[in-house]
Amino acid sequence: MSSREDILGRVRARLKRNEANAVIGRADINAALTARAHGPRPAVPTEKSALAGRFREKSTAQSSTLDSVATITDAPAAIARYLTELKLPLHAVVSPSLARQNWQGAGIKAAARGAQDTDLVGITDCFCAIAETGTLMLCSAPDRPATVSLLPETHIALVPASRIVPGMEDAWALARAELGTLPRAVNFISGPSRTGDIEQTIVLGAHGPYRVHLVMIEDL
Amino acid sequence: METRARHFKANAAAALANPVLQANLKTSKSKFVDKRAIAIQELDDFEGTREAAKNIRDRVLNNLDLWLEKFEETATARGATVLWAKDSAEICRHVVDIGRRHNVKKAAKSKSMLSEEASLNRALEAAGIQPVETDLGEYILQINDNEAPSHIIAPVVHKSLDEVADLFHATHKTPRKTEISALTREAREVLRPHFLSADMGISGGNFLVAETGSVALVTNEGNGRMVTTLPRVHVVITGIEKVIPTLEDLALLMRLLPRSATGQSISNYVSVLTGVKQPEESDGPEHLYFILVDNGRADVVGSEFHDMLRCIRCGACMNHCPVYQTIGGHAYGWVYPGPMGAILTPLYTGLENAIDLPHASTLCNQCGVVCPVKIPLPELLRKLREKQVDGNLRPLFERLALKAWAWVAGYPMLYGMATWFGVRYLKWLADGKSSIPILGAAPEWSVGRNFPAPEGKTFREMYAKKKGKQ
Repeated sequence: MSSREDILGRVRARLKRNEANAVIGRADINAALTARAHGPRPAVPTEKSALAGRFREKSTAQSSTLDSVATITDAPAAIARYLTELKLPLHAVVSPSLARQNWQGAGIKAAARGAQDTDLVGITDCFCAIAETGTLMLCSAPDRPATVSLLPETHIALVPASRIVPGMEDAWALARAELGTLPRAVNFISGPSRTGDIEQTIVLGAHGPYRVHLVMIEDL
Repeated sequence: METRARHFKANAAAALANPVLQANLKTSKSKFVDKRAIAIQELDDFEGTREAAKNIRDRVLNNLDLWLEKFEETATARGATVLWAKDSAEICRHVVDIGRRHNVKKAAKSKSMLSEEASLNRALEAAGIQPVETDLGEYILQINDNEAPSHIIAPVVHKSLDEVADLFHATHKTPRKTEISALTREAREVLRPHFLSADMGISGGNFLVAETGSVALVTNEGNGRMVTTLPRVHVVITGIEKVIPTLEDLALLMRLLPRSATGQSISNYVSVLTGVKQPEESDGPEHLYFILVDNGRADVVGSEFHDMLRCIRCGACMNHCPVYQTIGGHAYGWVYPGPMGAILTPLYTGLENAIDLPHASTLCNQCGVVCPVKIPLPELLRKLREKQVDGNLRPLFERLALKAWAWVAGYPMLYGMATWFGVRYLKWLADGKSSIPILGAAPEWSVGRNFPAPEGKTFREMYAKKKGKQ
C-alpha cells in the first residue's frame, strides 16, 4: 500500500468515513470554496483619502519611508532625489513593467530585468496595497520578476493611491477579478526585512532589503 | 530527531542550574508577551476572530481526508508534485530522492519544524547534499554543531549576544563583533552566496490553501522568499493538518498568527506560492514538490486530542508559560517545547517516552487563554495524565499511594483517623515552626520551597468545635 493510501486510509477510518458522509463532506468543501466567507475584520476607513491616510500611517509604522507625487511621470525625479539624499547610487534594476518610464531623464541608469546580487537598488510597481497593515501586494509575472523587491539593499515601490484597498480580503478579490488564476508568487511586503533572533532585538535588513521606500502616486 | 523527553526532570534541573541560560531567559521573558498584548488590541473583535479561526481549522480537520484530496488536486493542476510521508525516514527518503533526480549539490533551507522532526540535515549530508540553514536563528544552531532549537519561532532565544559573537568569530574567522546589527550583517554576507548557488530550496509551510493549491509562507528575514525564488527546485515539507480552505481564511488567520507569535500586526513577508515557473518568467523554481507528512498526526484525527491539530505554531503558549519561562525549550527533549510540545511530544513519539511532560504544567491556563485557535491545552494535558494512569505508566509508588488514598477516602471514619494522625505528625515535624523544610515521605515537594505546616488540628475537628460554640 502506498503511503498516500495508508495515511488517507487511517484518517478516513478515524473520521468514520462512509459514502453518505463523504457526500456531505464534499458539499461542505464546495460551500466553503464558493462562499469564501470573511471573518470579523477590524474597521478600516473605506473613503479614498482616509484609506491612503491609514496606509501612510501603517507603512511608516513598519519602518518604510514615504513620498508622494502627483502622477507617475513625476516618480523618476522623486526617486532620484531620494537616492541622492541617501547617497545611494543612481543605478537601479527596475521591474520590466516600468521600463517605459523616463528614468534616464531623471538621471537614473535603469536596467529593466530580474535582479542580480550586485544590484543595490530595485524599483517595482505593486499590484495593490493594503491599508489595514500598510502592506504591498506584489504579483510575479514575466515582466514583474520577484527578485527586484528582494535582492537589492534598497527597494523602492510605486503605489498608486487608487490601488489601496482596505484589507487582504479585498486584495484577493481584486486579484481574482483582474488576474483570474493566481500568479506563481504573491508577495505581501510590509517594510524592510528584519530579524529579532538575537536577544529579541529587532534589526532591519536581514536577508532582504534594508530599506523600503514608497512613492505614492496620487492620481494615476 | 531522537526524543530526550524521558529525561525531562534531569534536563529541567540542569536548565535551572545553568546561570547563563537563566539570564537569557530573563532577558527574553516579557518581550513577546508585552508586544502581543498591545498587538491584539488593534483587532476590534479579537475573541470573534479567535472563534472564526477555530472554526476554519475545525472545518478542515472534520473532513481532513477530503480536504487533502482537494489540495492535492489543485496543487497538481498547477504543476506541483504531491508526495506523502508516513514518518521521518520517508521524509528524508523523498527529499534525498528529489535531490538525486535533479542533481542537487546544495539545499538552502528556510525554517521547517518538520525537517527537525525528521533530522533531515543529517540525511542530506549522508547523501552528499549540503544543507544550509538560512533563518538567522537556525543558522546559528547549525554552525553550533547542529544544536536543537529551543523555541519554534525564536530558535536561539536561549543564547546571549556574547555567545553568538563567540560562535561567529570562531566559525567565520572574522574579527569578533559585539553589535547585533553587525552580526546580522555578517550572517547576511555569509548566507547570500548560498542562496545564489543552492540548487534546491526547502521550506516548511504555514498553511496550504486548498482553493488554489498554494503554500503560504510567513517570514520576517526574507529567507523564505529567497529559497522559494532562486533555486531550481522547491520542496515544501509540511504536516497533513495544515490545510485551510480559502485565501480569505488565510487573511483571517494572518491577523492572529504574527500578533500571537511576535506581537507584529503582520510579518514582513507573507508569500503565497502556487505552481512552478512559467516559460517566460526569469525566476521561480522549475520543480515544486509538496511532502505531506503524517508522523503521528493521522492517528490524532478524531481522537480525544483532535483539538490539538488546530495548532498554527505561533508559540504564544510557550511565551506565556511559567514553566517554559523558567526552564527554556531544550528541557522538553524533542522538537516542540512549552505546552503545545508537552502535548505533541507524547502524542507523536509515544506516551511512555514523555512521561513527565504532561506534568510540566501548573494548569494555570495562560496557554489556553492566549491560544489563537482556542485549543484547550490544560484540558488536553489533563487527559494525557489520565491516559498515563489508565495505561499503568506512572511509577509504582505513585500508583500504590493513590490506590491507598482512594481506599482510605472510601471510609469516612478511617479517613478522619488518618488525617488526625497526619496533621499531628506534620506539626511534630515542623517542630514549632510555621513550615517544614524537608518532607520525609515526599521530598520533591519541599525541594526549592518549604512545606507549610498545619496548626495541629484537622478541618473536621475545627468545624466540630466551632459548631459546638454556636
